[in-house]
Amino acid sequence: MFIEINDVNKQYSDKENRPVDVLKDINLSIEKGQFVSILGPSGCGKSTLLSIVAGLTKTTSGHIQIDGKTITKPGKDRGMVFQQAALFPWLTVMENVTFPLKKEMKKKDAEETALKYLQMVQLGKYISHYPHELSGGMQQRVAIARALAMNPETLLMDEPFGALDEQTRSRLHGQLENIWTETKKTILFVTHSISESIKLSDRIIVMGTKPGIILQDITVDIPRPREEHKNEMLEIEDHIMKYLKKEIDKVVSEELQYANSY
Amino acid sequence: MQTAIKRIIFFAAIIAFWEIGSRLEFWHPLIFPSLSSVFSALVEGFQDKTLIYDLIASFKRLAVGLAISLVIGTLIGILLGKSKTADETLGAVILALQSVPSIVWLPIAIMWFGLNEKAVIFVTILGGTFVMALNMRTGIKNVSPLYIKAAQTMGANGIDLFTRVIFPASIPYVVTGSRLAWAFAWRALMAGELLSTGPGLGYTLRYASDFGRMDIVIGVMIIIGAIGMIVDQFIFQRIEKSVIKKWGLES
Repeated sequence: MFIEINDVNKQYSDKENRPVDVLKDINLSIEKGQFVSILGPSGCGKSTLLSIVAGLTKTTSGHIQIDGKTITKPGKDRGMVFQQAALFPWLTVMENVTFPLKKEMKKKDAEETALKYLQMVQLGKYISHYPHELSGGMQQRVAIARALAMNPETLLMDEPFGALDEQTRSRLHGQLENIWTETKKTILFVTHSISESIKLSDRIIVMGTKPGIILQDITVDIPRPREEHKNEMLEIEDHIMKYLKKEIDKVVSEELQYANSY
Repeated sequence: MQTAIKRIIFFAAIIAFWEIGSRLEFWHPLIFPSLSSVFSALVEGFQDKTLIYDLIASFKRLAVGLAISLVIGTLIGILLGKSKTADETLGAVILALQSVPSIVWLPIAIMWFGLNEKAVIFVTILGGTFVMALNMRTGIKNVSPLYIKAAQTMGANGIDLFTRVIFPASIPYVVTGSRLAWAFAWRALMAGELLSTGPGLGYTLRYASDFGRMDIVIGVMIIIGAIGMIVDQFIFQRIEKSVIKKWGLES
């Protein structure tokens, strides 16, 4: 297996210094080239799990291996796209995308590489713009190009389209699918949208909350493009909804409890 | 109504009141000279070049003092922003020092350097350093963790992370810090010059006062205020605005 997540636990201390389980006994194997969504309600630790894979967060116990190597810190073999584009505002689009290439490539080669990926997200004409001159959707596409430019084996995406409007989001879904088909990256995609996960991924990991555990591992084998198979998509959606309903109720009742305690 | 028009009307009213009041002798010219006599004193000062030498001398000191204070302030600010221990110890001292008017340092400066150029520049440096340091510190502390995380996933760390991400991300604070440092250094310089030897705007101000030349006193004060306003509005506020826009900090 390409990515191996072994017995990963993550605990935080809350305000009264009591340990809170964010992730409990997470075990997951992912094949190379697979598009995997991690789906769950807010607070289920799905972003924390992604952050651990990225090497930005440490586990309390357990470890993650990619291609046989244990992850201890962030690395260029894993490109990350966040919910906010996280572009550097003082750099142009081109400079942003060449940012990770500065050390290992000559300027000209870096720019050629960057241009290739910017064209892939259809922003080849915007290389000398600054981030503030672009719309949210365009910024996110630059962020995707930036992550791809390092040519990582794995692409980690943390609700990358969560802050965008519906139309932009569905357009970017199409682009992401194309990029995935073209580059054959292994993609770990965190989302709380059931339909988004069904539309995009080969496999959906459904997570539950308090503590964050894996509830279901669902294989989606609907042929692409999936827009033409609406019924199959709806079937899976119903199936997932059943599992998530309980979890969402749990979140809601806990929030009510919290509100009532004041 | 546009700001410019409001300002013109406002200043016209003040000027009219001032000139008419002086001509009707509402107050004695030795207490407050008329606008026209202030104006002619300024013209005379520029014609015999004394005011020009004063301006050059003052700006020379300011340039040296401000440049040094920006460098030292930036370095102290980076130290405070990066090291928690430094922030908890040295940070408290800097905060205390910032509330000390820099002219208070002049007696010490005179003891160390004598009543000369060096003492005035020393006071000017102290005027700008602390406010620059505190802004630099805030800038470093306020760098979005998202930028740092993003940079780490792209292989940046250590000094590379600092020079390519943390420092550029805090540029808006560097600009604000420089703007305040300029204003504080300018004040400190004028105060220092009042007590030192010439040439220099502050020196001429005191000299004129000693000789009862109220027209020159008011004229020099107007120059000091006008320079302060022009530099702030036309240099620093413009840079600040464009940086705020580019860094996406507009609310």
